Formats: sequence, structure tokens, C-alpha cells
Amino acid sequence: MAFDVDNPAPVIEPPRARTSKTPKATRGNFEMHAWLFMRLSGIVLVVLVIGHLLIQLVLDGGVSKINFAFVAGRWASPFWMTWDLLMLWLAMLHGANGLRTVINDYAERDGTRFWLKMLLYTATVFTVLLGTLVIFTFDPNIR
Amino acid sequence: MATPVMDKAEAGAPANNSPYITITLRIRRFNPEVSDEAYWEDFTVEVDPKERVLDVLHKIKWELDGTLTFRRSCAHGICGSDAMRINGRNRLACKTLIKDVNPEKPITVEAIKGLTLQKDLVVDMEPFFQAYRDVMPFLVTKGNEPTRERLQSPEDRERFDDTTKCILCAACTSSCPVFWNDGQYFGPAAIVNAHRFIFDSRDEAGEQRLEILNDREGVWRCRTTFNCTEACPRGIEITKAIQEVKRALITRRY
Repeated sequence: MAFDVDNPAPVIEPPRARTSKTPKATRGNFEMHAWLFMRLSGIVLVVLVIGHLLIQLVLDGGVSKINFAFVAGRWASPFWMTWDLLMLWLAMLHGANGLRTVINDYAERDGTRFWLKMLLYTATVFTVLLGTLVIFTFDPNIR
Repeated sequence: MATPVMDKAEAGAPANNSPYITITLRIRRFNPEVSDEAYWEDFTVEVDPKERVLDVLHKIKWELDGTLTFRRSCAHGICGSDAMRINGRNRLACKTLIKDVNPEKPITVEAIKGLTLQKDLVVDMEPFFQAYRDVMPFLVTKGNEPTRERLQSPEDRERFDDTTKCILCAACTSSCPVFWNDGQYFGPAAIVNAHRFIFDSRDEAGEQRLEILNDREGVWRCRTTFNCTEACPRGIEITKAIQEVKRALITRRY
């Protein structure tokens, strides 16, 4: 293709440049709360996850001690149920929010962005609900 | 007082007294009136290593290739016109000495990223200034105008001193990966200039500016990668300023 003074090459617009047609700013504190949640849940997760890893994998025989009886024994105590429930919710929401920002940053088309986020939200809700269900309805005498 | 003489050159190598060295400047050229493809072009020039990249660009434009297009105005690091990507880092061409960018290898010069390239090293700055205008970079007050100047204590002035140094060269905003991806983010420069008024004791629109930056595309998109702080030719602690705006949004104290 030939270009000249009267027929210059099209310039490459940056994706979604700020123009007068850009959608109006969204009011609300959602992004602030998401940001704050990442910081706070991160601090709590450090304690929860390192504690979890120590108990499960390092102390008292390490990973070889884990079997059905070990898990059943821990979940007999409300303390460990709360621990695992908290860890499940915080880790899933923390990770999902992190992935949401990654998708927002990297998805190039609005459609891609939307469907990736829908997939993410579906997977998050499914995992959180399934995990919560298991923790609350766990039956140590299952056959 | 001793006069400044080149005693080293006299003692060491008298064969070569010339301060000039031969360097290669590899410039990213783009001319939409010729082709839609950008390409690298090498220019070999004799320069004094104590000269600046801008001097070399001048030499090329004035003596080798008049079609080379770039912006510059004051040429002394104040106007902020000649921010460009030199050896992969955003700098001002008028503040970068040749000897500081390893003249042994070809020095690459290209336009700043994330903004529409118009020709050679010239980009469309409009989205950048749009974000700047959006944060209301001017003093807002209520009530009657005082009969004398608005006084301020040195401590109150010190609070936002760092962010008054911005020259709007766009080196920070165009080094920010969040801005590259999607031109919607306000960008570090706009936040720096909002910071300059939010923390000014004489200004009364801090709340309004914070609300603007609380937007989906506001300060919360900052990933604290420090690219902006590294790129700033004025040495402004930009990431720190952005974090201070975030803290002000959460605590509502400023």
C-alpha cells in the first residue's frame, strides 16, 4: 500500500483512549474497598496459610500423617473449622480480586474482559460454596 | 588557582587530543505519509561525550536528515517537551549526557509509549493533558478574595513541595504499564498534580479531587511498580505521592 501527503497511514490509537465518548466515571467506593480488602486479607492470610502449612506438612510427621482420620479429628473442633473456613473465604476472594485486576489490565476487548470475569466469578462462587458446604456438613462416620 | 587543563591527555596519549568520539544513534522513525511501518534508522555522528542526546538530535536534524521530527522548546529541562525513550528508559533528551548512556553501543531513541505516535518522536499528548485537566489543577477557594496574599506556613508549604516540581513531560505516565494497557487510567502525572493541590492548606477542593481519583480508573489502579518514580527527570517521589492520595482517601485526612 502506498501512502503520501494526502493519504497518510492511519495512526495506531491506544486502546480505549480517553475521549468525550468515554463512559462517565463510576461513583462509589468499590475499588477502594477492594484495595483495602487485599491489604487486610493479605496480612491475615500470611498467618493462616503459614500456620496451615506448618501443621499439615512440617510438624508431627509431616505430610505422611495426613489421612481421613487426621482431617476428621481436626474438623471435630470448631476452632479448626473456623480457621479453614476463614482461610477458604479470604484466599478465594483475595485470589479472585487479584485475577480481576489482572483481567482488567490485560484483556484487550470488552467482550473478552466480560467473559473472563464471568468465568472467574463462577469458578470462585462454586469453589467457595462447595468448600463451605463440606466444612459444615462433614460427616466423620461416612461410609 | 590552577587553570583547567587536560593534563591527563598530555601525559597519557598525546596522539589523540580530540574530545570527540564516534557514536551511533539508533532512532525509531515513523512517517505516516510514507509508510504505516515504523523502523529503526542508524545515524553515525561525531560528538563530544559531554554533550546531550538533544545536541546529537539537533546535529542530525540540522546536518544529516532534516526530516527527523522531535519536540523541544527550552532545551534545559524545564519545559518538558523532549521526553523520549532513550536506551529503553524514559528521559529528557536535554538532560541526558552521551557519556551516561554507554556510547560504545548504539544508543536507541524512540517516542514515549502509550500515546498515539504521530511522526518519528512526536506523540499525541491530548489524552495525557485530558487526565491532567480532569483533576482540576488550579487553586479553588470559597468566600471573598482576601485583600492580601494567601499566607501559608513553611511547614504547610513543605507538605506538597515535592509535587510542585512536575513539568508535565509525561515521562512518568508513559512509563506506567497500567497506562500502556488502556489509556483510561489517570496516570501518575495527573495524580501528582492533584496531590499538589489536595495537600495545599490554601485549597478547598481537596474532597472533590479525591472523589475524582476514587474513580474506577483512579489511584486504585496503581500497582506500585515504581516505573514512574524511576522515570521522573525531576526526581519526584511519584509512587509515594500516589500512596499518600490513597491514604487520604481511606482516612479522609489531608
